[in-house]
Amino acid sequence: MSIRYGLLALLERGPSHGYQLRAEFDAATGATWPLNVGQVYTTLDRLERDGLVAQDGDPDPDGRIAYRITDAGRRELASWFASPVTRQGAPRDELAIKLALAVTTPGVDVLTVVQTQRTATMTGLQDLTRLKARADGDDGDLAWSLVLDSLLFRSEAEIRWLDHCEARVARAATRRPVTPQPTAPAAEPAGKQGRR
Amino acid sequence: MSAPVLLLSSVTREHVQGEVVVHALRGVDLAVRPGELVAVMGPSGSGKSTLLHIAGGLDTPTAGNVLVEGTDLATLSAGASAAVRRRSVGYVFQDLNLLPSLSAVENVALPRELDGVRGRQARREALEALDEVGLAGLGDRFPDEMSGGQQQRVAIARALVGPRRLLLADEPTGALDSGTGEEVLRVLRARCEAGAAGVLVTHEARHAAWADRVVFLRDGVVVDQSGPVAGAESLLSAGGAP
Repeated sequence: MSIRYGLLALLERGPSHGYQLRAEFDAATGATWPLNVGQVYTTLDRLERDGLVAQDGDPDPDGRIAYRITDAGRRELASWFASPVTRQGAPRDELAIKLALAVTTPGVDVLTVVQTQRTATMTGLQDLTRLKARADGDDGDLAWSLVLDSLLFRSEAEIRWLDHCEARVARAATRRPVTPQPTAPAAEPAGKQGRR
Repeated sequence: MSAPVLLLSSVTREHVQGEVVVHALRGVDLAVRPGELVAVMGPSGSGKSTLLHIAGGLDTPTAGNVLVEGTDLATLSAGASAAVRRRSVGYVFQDLNLLPSLSAVENVALPRELDGVRGRQARREALEALDEVGLAGLGDRFPDEMSGGQQQRVAIARALVGPRRLLLADEPTGALDSGTGEEVLRVLRARCEAGAAGVLVTHEARHAAWADRVVFLRDGVVVDQSGPVAGAESLLSAGGAP
């Protein structure tokens, strides 16, 4: 996500200076992706260079400069809201790559790789659910609640995909008994449980 | 730390099918304390339902021990075991099993009347239980006059009426839409925070995430769990480990 559009959207509410913008961004997204104030000022400089924002009056007594959105900035912001987000150039999906390599690398216990990830993702989902229960409890703000939902749905989808992987791997193992059978964790002593 | 309401130690359950021995559960250890909600997840055939049936005394282990409120069910006569089951354990199933010809409060009072509690007292307890699940004032409605979510709350109230502290739930959100399902989990969660011990069997990660701990079963074995794990010392102090 480009910080540019985040700042333009915040400036659409009215002129503001860097520290304020950072605080407002964190408030809207529940500090899920915290910005540092240096990033905010660098981005404001570029936006000003591109004519999308302009300085709004003189510095305040503390020397802070407020910025306002320009008409060109408003057009840029509107076109951002109007276009879908593409995942091109998004970071590689490390988990999908890891699973793909696990099933093709000899000696790797794929089911354990799946379970290790599932436990970690479930722990994250439990944390998010606690946050969500609290956020909904105190009539929390809609923006933060929607960000939480996004993270919740993503974790849930990942667990569903891991369940699917497990079933596919188990089925493939029964169909081709020649493939080296992974050591089932089921063979471990029963008392051994807990986090891995 | 308070003593577990439910303690399974080295529980194994085998079914003999002809010459084949099927292990539904193998050496499962599980302690659930007051205030705790534990979710059990696993693919079908992993032993989830067997675990719940054994925890509630509806099935008996081939080996290992099941303690409910500190009492080993295996040491009891059939009659005494049934009494523990009735007084200490509440069940919530996917199909609610509410009696359609009884009002909500009569459905909830029924287990107390079976306990031998007088009618007026049983009714008072049932009204309290309905109040706790957010159904104050709806006690005189019949099941078919209530929404799916309200009916499921009646089932939870019935499971926890009186002194029952162990709540066993098998896919309790199965027939409900996602919003109503979440509402039911909030109630379950709140009942556990108020001091009950809950075991929730589910295949929905979203629902399991309401639990303090999630136990993963595969082929009858606990392969992993997420959330805080009881240390060996606390199991020893609870009398669970040999």
